[in-house]
Amino acid sequence: MTERLYIFKRFERFWHWAQAFLIITMLFTGFEIHGSYQLLGFQKAVGIHTFAAWALITLWVFAIFWHFTTGEWRQYIPTLKNVDVMFRYYVLGIFTGAPHPYRVTQLRKHNPLQRLSYLGIKLFINPLVWASGLGLLYYQAWRDAAPAGLTLDMVAGLHTVMAFAMLIFLIVHVYLTTTGHTPLAHIRAMITGYEEVED
Amino acid sequence: MSRKYVLAVLLAVAAQAVAANPDTSASTADHGKFKALQGPFKTGEDVTQACLKCHTEAARQVMATRHWTWDYTNPGTGQRLGKKTMLNSFCIADRSNEAFCNACHAGYGWKDDKFDFGSEKNVDCLSCHNTGQYAKLPGLAGHPAYRRMEYPPGSGKFVEPVDLPKVAQRIGKTSRTTCGACHFYGGGGDGVKHGDLDSSLKNPRRELDVHMGTDGKNFTCATCHKTESHRVAGSRVAPTAADPHGAILRGEKSGRNPATCQACHGDRPHPSSLGAGLLGALSKGDRLNAHGRTLACQTCHIPAFARGGVPTKMRWDWSTAGTLDANGKPFQKKDEHGHVIFDSKKGDFRLGENVQPDYVWFDGRVDYTLKTDRIDPAQVVRINRFHGEPGAPDARIWPVKRFTGKQPYDLEYLTLLIPHTAIPDDTSLWFNFDWPKALAAGTAAANQPFSGKFGFAETEMLWPITHMVAPKEQAVGCGECHSRNGRLQGVSGIYLPGRDRAPWLDRAGFGLALLALLGVLGHGALRILTRNRRKES
Repeated sequence: MTERLYIFKRFERFWHWAQAFLIITMLFTGFEIHGSYQLLGFQKAVGIHTFAAWALITLWVFAIFWHFTTGEWRQYIPTLKNVDVMFRYYVLGIFTGAPHPYRVTQLRKHNPLQRLSYLGIKLFINPLVWASGLGLLYYQAWRDAAPAGLTLDMVAGLHTVMAFAMLIFLIVHVYLTTTGHTPLAHIRAMITGYEEVED
Repeated sequence: MSRKYVLAVLLAVAAQAVAANPDTSASTADHGKFKALQGPFKTGEDVTQACLKCHTEAARQVMATRHWTWDYTNPGTGQRLGKKTMLNSFCIADRSNEAFCNACHAGYGWKDDKFDFGSEKNVDCLSCHNTGQYAKLPGLAGHPAYRRMEYPPGSGKFVEPVDLPKVAQRIGKTSRTTCGACHFYGGGGDGVKHGDLDSSLKNPRRELDVHMGTDGKNFTCATCHKTESHRVAGSRVAPTAADPHGAILRGEKSGRNPATCQACHGDRPHPSSLGAGLLGALSKGDRLNAHGRTLACQTCHIPAFARGGVPTKMRWDWSTAGTLDANGKPFQKKDEHGHVIFDSKKGDFRLGENVQPDYVWFDGRVDYTLKTDRIDPAQVVRINRFHGEPGAPDARIWPVKRFTGKQPYDLEYLTLLIPHTAIPDDTSLWFNFDWPKALAAGTAAANQPFSGKFGFAETEMLWPITHMVAPKEQAVGCGECHSRNGRLQGVSGIYLPGRDRAPWLDRAGFGLALLALLGVLGHGALRILTRNRRKES
């Protein structure tokens, strides 16, 4: 028997998909600005990248507000407990048909591995992408007052490192969405909000 | 629509057309009615003396300017510059050739080093203030033709004498044509020297020069090169490379150069739809304004020079000058457009039209290789050097014409040599095709030591590009610099997004991303392979 649990609320779903769209847009335009390929043209890529950046920043402001007012931030409190169990499942159990070691509830919607990686994004990748991106955007404001040794190529390098981190996260994240009890179960949950959980 | 209305519109348009030409109607004096200008005048000096009866200070003013002195001490470097002293890689220098070259001096009679720079009547008012039918012919030491004469000598062609009273009576403000009579033809012909100044600017279309276009704003040179007491603003010897200020207000006391772009447009010329604050960075205008800290306006707004159909010289190899044909006669070679690319007098040329500039950091300081400076002929000899520290507050990336060539130097003294070229006598290069004689005569006149042994050194000279500003639609696009092998490929000292990256970082980043992709694909494949086993369990 399965039970339907309402896991992802409407704002959360909107936040997730808008963020997904914006991040993919920014990776796509960002690597063109970086010079990795030429598709839209530099000017258009910069325009879209900049607009998407501000849209994402706005979205994040709302999301942070939402997390704190709803208490949902607790979903990201890290724990190392059972990380090894999760890890063993993805390396071994998933192939042998072992049951998923984690049981989702509304109060604990992320497994320990998810908690760690999402928190890493929120506390590490996002702030550094923001800071370095704004640094690039407002170079003219700080270039003549830059602390000694801080140059534009460092800021751009940091931004690029974070972009690669985001790209790698995206690849793994998209794949792991297929590891539910059916390949599309997690994606469906993020669309409808309901996760089917076995009793 | 009534016929009257159409007539009224036509009249209005005609009235506007008249108003648009200030020179014809704005003056309160009709010089044709002045007794002093009825003539007869024998020489240009006579006209000048007539002018000075009313314009009592004019000659003194002119004599204080470089149009007269051809002499300038660079305050930054202390170098003695000016056309009297400098060398270039075109006709090289005016010494011993004054009667020819100094047709472009704003004076009469400069044919050797005995010219009297203190004589007011030697000032040539007409050269800049004529409104037509006045030409100073090379070879006549700054004079026009006073009698019918064969010109050039031996050509079988004749020029009519100048009608001095008529020219004097129709005096006017300077125009594109009067300034251009010299500045368009520097280096020995139309468009030869600068690349951004040639006869196509006499009556340009807006596409060629957005300010001077006769179908647009119809500026004269002096609209930007604002002149006071005959001192003309702007200089290529000591240019203003960066002018990070707002527009100069009318009446504002300002020591700034009024000929810069910023003097009118200010330093934030691109409209920002969202203001200058944080949000402003969303707007293209603000982003472009931010580029003003790094780029000269000209860098984006002059996509190419020699755009008006007149080619400019990009290279001049003097080493082949003097080569004669099988019959021992001088000859010329022309390209498919009929432009001369070899002349026994001058050597080989390479011409360019619609030339994309080179770009260099430039803070306005230039120093020159002078006739006394030792050169290293193993290297390309730089006739001038543009200074500017990459990224410095006073430096900008500027478009330049990079002109190369070969010119004579002394094998023993290791100095660039001044040849005697243009005067019809028995030593000049163009009439005898004999380098040793020409160099002996030229260096003697220039008071330059000459060992008698000479070679040809590879030289290079930079010319700032600042005219032929295109309409904004034709400005250089972002991707033309923000790309690999773009316009700014050779400009160092900046991190240029789209051009620059850390290759190791790219390899590591894309490598890890690829590994992650392979990892998840392998993981997924294993899941598919083990599917049946799971079903059993």
